[in-house]
Amino acid sequence: MKLRYEVSGEDMSLAGKASGEVKRALGRLGVNPAAIKRTAVCMYEAEMNMVIHGGGGVAEAELSPDRVVVTMRDSGPGIPDLELAMQEGYSTAPEWIREMGFGAGMGLPNMKRNSDELRIDSAPGKGTTVTIMVKFDSSEGTGA
Amino acid sequence: MKVRDIVSTLEGVLLTGEALLDLDIQAACGADLMSDVMAFVKENVVLLTGLVNPQSIRTADLMDIKVVVFVRGKVPPKDMVAEAERNGMAVIATKYSMFLACGRLYEAGIHGGGTRDIR
Repeated sequence: MKLRYEVSGEDMSLAGKASGEVKRALGRLGVNPAAIKRTAVCMYEAEMNMVIHGGGGVAEAELSPDRVVVTMRDSGPGIPDLELAMQEGYSTAPEWIREMGFGAGMGLPNMKRNSDELRIDSAPGKGTTVTIMVKFDSSEGTGA
Repeated sequence: MKVRDIVSTLEGVLLTGEALLDLDIQAACGADLMSDVMAFVKENVVLLTGLVNPQSIRTADLMDIKVVVFVRGKVPPKDMVAEAERNGMAVIATKYSMFLACGRLYEAGIHGGGTRDIR
């Protein structure tokens, strides 16, 4: 099953909605809550990045019995130094984003921590594609 | 501690979530940075925040947080309360600052931080 969402780069009030939809879809399929939470965190951070830096884009979630693969694709300016961007605390987000509770340089580290595989394809001027894979491991517990 | 006791301890106003008044909450997290909530919260907590925008409700929803307290006298707009209601959450507003709100809940018996191990 594949879910697809357009993520607006202009309306901040909508940011996070696609992640909420995917979370609910995984819940309806009976995926274990810990894996749902990990997926939700990764996708929400990626969605915020897409809105903040990428000018919006397309989010897709491909669901299999044992995993979900989320692909977030934008046509924004790209990431010039990925290693730097992966460092906790490093941020290029403007002040108004910080006032919204994001932009503190936690996004990519949060995605790395919560995913089983994280791939970032980006180059200046060529946009960014973030691919997140989360496995549904039933031994993971409830996530509570 | 039950949600109804959180409301009274904080001398707060329940904006939505009557059905959750008897829900038992063991831990709390005070944060204005939603990435920190996603990075550190592990258990089912009450989230105390001064961040009044839809991202606080959405972050809470994604983290299965059922109760959000807005501190420092901040009152979320109706559409945010409606989104929380649709998500089956309780929303409380209190005049207390973050420090005092957290302190009052701690004193009243919520001692857990609800976070993963922080090194």
